[in-house]
This record gives sequence, C-alpha cells and structure tokens, in this order.
Amino acid sequence: MVVFNQYLTFLNDLATVDGMSQPPAIEVSGLTKRFGEVQALSGVDLAVEPGTVYGLLGPNGAGKTTTVRVLTTIIRPDAGIARVLGIDVTKDPQRVRQSIGLAGQYAAVDEVLTGRENLELVGQLTHQSRSVVTKRADELLERFGLSHAADRSLKTYSGGMRRRLDLAASLVHRPPVLFLDEPTTGLDPKSRNDLWDMIRELVADGTTLLLTTQYLEEADVLADRIAVIDRGTVIADGTAAELKAQMGATVLEISFVDARGADAALATIASVVPGAETDGAVVRAPVYDGAKTAMEVLRAIDAAGLDVGGLTVREPSLDDVFLTLTGHRAEEIDPRPDDSDVAPAAAPGGAQ
Amino acid sequence: MTAPEASIAVTVPRTAAASPSIEATGSKLSWAVKDTLALAKRNLLHYTRVPQLLVFTFIQPIMFVLLFRYVFGGSIAVPGGYVNYLMPGIFGQTVVFGATSTAIGLAEDLGGGIIERFRSLPMVRMSVLAGRTGADVVRNTGVVIVMFIVGFAVGFRPHGGVPRIVLGAALVLAFAFALSWVMALVGLKVANGEAAQAVAFPLMFPLTFASSVFVRVDTMPGWLQGFAAHQPVTVVVNAARGLMLGPEASAQLRAVGTFTTSTTSYVLQSVAWIAAILAIFVPLAVRQFNKS
Repeated sequence: MVVFNQYLTFLNDLATVDGMSQPPAIEVSGLTKRFGEVQALSGVDLAVEPGTVYGLLGPNGAGKTTTVRVLTTIIRPDAGIARVLGIDVTKDPQRVRQSIGLAGQYAAVDEVLTGRENLELVGQLTHQSRSVVTKRADELLERFGLSHAADRSLKTYSGGMRRRLDLAASLVHRPPVLFLDEPTTGLDPKSRNDLWDMIRELVADGTTLLLTTQYLEEADVLADRIAVIDRGTVIADGTAAELKAQMGATVLEISFVDARGADAALATIASVVPGAETDGAVVRAPVYDGAKTAMEVLRAIDAAGLDVGGLTVREPSLDDVFLTLTGHRAEEIDPRPDDSDVAPAAAPGGAQ
Repeated sequence: MTAPEASIAVTVPRTAAASPSIEATGSKLSWAVKDTLALAKRNLLHYTRVPQLLVFTFIQPIMFVLLFRYVFGGSIAVPGGYVNYLMPGIFGQTVVFGATSTAIGLAEDLGGGIIERFRSLPMVRMSVLAGRTGADVVRNTGVVIVMFIVGFAVGFRPHGGVPRIVLGAALVLAFAFALSWVMALVGLKVANGEAAQAVAFPLMFPLTFASSVFVRVDTMPGWLQGFAAHQPVTVVVNAARGLMLGPEASAQLRAVGTFTTSTTSYVLQSVAWIAAILAIFVPLAVRQFNKS
C-alpha cells in the first residue's frame, strides 16, 4: 500500500511537471446561501476529483439542491467559492455552462414536445450544428431506450421515461462534468435500477459526476466518495466503506414489549455490542458481522432471561448514518417549497 | 485501484476538448438570434399541439366579431357603417387579450422547471424572453390575417389601400409586441399560469372596453372620455382604423367627434407609446428574469 501511494505521488508529480496537474473538477469552499429566514447553506466544503462520482447524501432541506444550483450557475451564493474545472461559477458562469450538464428531480423537459424535439432543442441551445444535433439525439434516444417513443409527445411518457429523457437532455452537448440532483427520487425500484445502470455506463467513460441523493444505497452503488450533508454543512466525507465502518456494516434491531423492557436489556446487549442504544421499545446496535454478533446477542439475552419481541438485521439507512454522525434523526427542513418532495423510505427491506 | 491513473489519462483530453466544440460556431449576436429562433419555434409548436390554446387564440375573437357585428352592432351608429369601424378594433382587442398568453406561458415554464435547465445551458439568457415575445408576434400575425378574412366575410370593406392596410396591421402587431413585454414581466413575477391570468385580466379588461375598440368614445360620459380617448389601446386602434379605412372615412369620424385628432397624429402617438412601453418594460423584464 505504501509503495502504491508513493507511486501515486510520483504520478502526480510527473503530471505537475508536465503542466497537466488537474485541479479538482469541482471545488467548493465555505459556501453559504440564505433564502429569507432559512440558512440553506452554512459553509459547504467539498472537492471532487476528475473522473470520479461524488455522492452528496442528505435529507430534504439539507442543502443538496441549493449546492447543485450554485454549481450549475442557477443561483449565486452569498459567500464562498465554487469552481467547476477551475472556473469560478460567479465570475465566469457562461464558461461553466459550456462544461456542465444538469438533470434533476423535476425532469426539466417540455411536456408538449416529443422526446426527439426536446433533445434537439437542447442541442440547438448549446450551439451545435444541426447535423451533429440530429445524430446526437438519435444516439441518446437509442442509448436510453427511448427510440420507440422518440416522436411521441412527453405526455405519453411514464415517470421513468421522463427521467431518462431528462438525463439524456443533460448529455446532448457531452459535458465533462455532470450534476444529477436526486435522479431517482419518486421512481419505482425497476426504473431506479435501470437508471442506475445508465448512470454507471455514463461515468465509465470518464465523466465527473456529482450526484445528490437521499438514499444511502444509491450513494453506495454509484459513488466513489460520499459527503453527508446536514443543515447546510458537510458533516462527514469519505468512501462508502469508510462511512459504513463508522456506523457498522449492518444494523441489529431487537424489539421488546415496551421501553422498560428495552432499557432493562440495554446493559446486556451493550456488553456484546458497545454501540447499542435504545429507541423506544427497540434496542439498536451497529454490528460488523451481522449473523455472528446477532447469535451472541441472542445468547446473552437468553442467559439473562429477557423477553424478546423480535430481531431484525438490516442495512444501515440514511437515518442510521444521521444517528451515528449527529445523534439526531434526519430532519426535514424546507428552505424552498419545491424542495419538499417527500420520498419513500430509504433503506432496502430488512431481512428478518 | 486504477481510478487515479484513469482520471489523469482520461479527463485531461476531455476537459480540453469540451469548450472548443461549443465555442466553434458563431458570435454572441448570432447565438442570440439562433437561441431566440429555437425557443420561438418551441413556443409555436405548443400552439399547434394544444387545442385549448388554439381555441383561445382563434375561436374567441371570431365570437367577438359575430357578437358585435350581429348582436350589439345594430344599435351602435357610426359613420361609414359599424362593421368597418369594428374590425380594426377587433384586431386591437384580439392582440391585447392574446398578450395574456405571454404571461401564462412564461409563468408555466418557470413553474415547470424547464427554465432551470435553460439557465444551466450556455445559451443567451435573454432569448428565453425574446423567443416568447417573438413567437407571440408570429401567432398574432396569423390571428390578424385570419380575422381579416373573417372580417371580409362579414362585410368589412376597408378603402385605405393595401400599403396603408398593411401599415395599420403592422402598427397593431408592434403594439402587441410591446404588450408582450409587459406581460412577460407579469409572468415572471407570479407563481403560475392561473395567477398570471388573474393579474393580466383586470389590466386588459378596462384597456379593451373603455376604449374605442367597440364603441365611440364620444358617446361615453365625460369623466370616462378623458381616459378612454387617450389610453394606448384607443390610440393604436384609431391609428389602424384611420390607415385602413382611408382618409375619407377618417374625416367623417373626426367630423362627428369620434376621432379627436388626425390619423397621422394617432400613428405618431402610437409609435411613441410602443417605444415608451418597450423602453420601460424590456429592461424591467430582463432584470426580473436574471434575478428570479
């Protein structure tokens, strides 16, 4: 590992000597933004290496969308620095716009136009020649499985098709940096999986991607690095593995008849799993080797003669990340009315 | 573990190649024109695909023609015949009512999120507004042509000669263009299409009805005449009327006190109104768009 790191340093030095050193593709520091009463961003810092996928994970109102809106030049921050490919978004927004694509939770497409017309419109507005636009539209419709619906009005599209077209529209001008703001919020599991596959394919060719999501699973599946954002600041930052190591690979939930039962059992469980906490009638414990620890916990409970209502082993959810990192649950504050899309539960179904 | 190496190898050429491909074609002005045309085309496609918009655009003015020509018209006495008096008014009324659609269209775009995408594209921002008002000029031209044909069918016989008739129509269309910018500002300030309509209607209603559009201003009570005779809809409609109907008819209208000034004066006043409205509302709308 040491040798490998030295090799990396060597590579970087080499790149610097050649004048090819890459600044982070996306660089944000001390970003603040206030909407009236609500402090949407209170000092966001992050850096995204070129060619990587960065997941911005947080609940509604945490500041994810606001961060993306600043980086895509839609709004100006109150303070702080935001750069895309080294270009300051407030100083030279027009140059930033040439290098970015944006797709979001609102599917910003024209309902009346056909799929093809939507893509061609974006192509024209990014100043590409007609022949290039026509070819690119065909290519994208094919790639996103929309060829059969290319000449139908979007009114006939399903939610998943609309999102796919929205994603395609953000790629018409081949932007090296892509922003996806909650690309799968509100989609059914099948459409979500389809979209994940498409996003993975897309980043395989070197596009830098900043993705916001409320789903830990989504960040886990897609992102190289994840930043957890809460109340307008980044509270944790690392690879999915690092974050999971912090909160346990799985979560063990032991439910009791009532809160008193849970309180009584806490000491017993904590002797096996030190991080255990009560939450009402439930004791929750982060564990690293699911089944084995679960058995130990059960044995300890049995030995103590306690009554167990149920036992669940599940993947950690966004809520668990928040409980671990902040000691509070993922709260929902709405800085903007259109930020209020409430999504279905984040965690995949727990195994009994 | 190969990601860092890949990033060095792949992203350098990509970022370098991205900008020139976009910067390659055209100057800022030609971009502005192209962006405006692309968006105007998009807005016009809406008119051809949404039946409600077509009804609002064409059927409503036709009903007004029939209503005033055959229902109310018989009791309105005007020298030269009411249908000749009515039709230039109808052109004015149609474009004034139609201007509301600029506000509704923009408000709906803002609510729908597509403007969010436009703002993230390297397009010329003002073309969102110019594409909207430009499309409305095209739509209004179509409506005026159709209304001219409808008018001819119900007995409209202007004697101004083709150049003056065309000039009269052009004046109405230029006024409509100026109004679109007022309505663009309304559309940018309100939350949705319904709200845009709610704000626009109370503005447009008195401007249309307390005017020379359907009736003679000189038959109104004195306190109303002060407003009705000088407000821009009357000025523009009378200018178009004078041009389209010809000098003889204008002289007759002036003799009975329906025209308070010469056609030339109405035309010059119209141009002044159009210029003033544009000078005030174009910057206001652009500023509001950049702000919101």
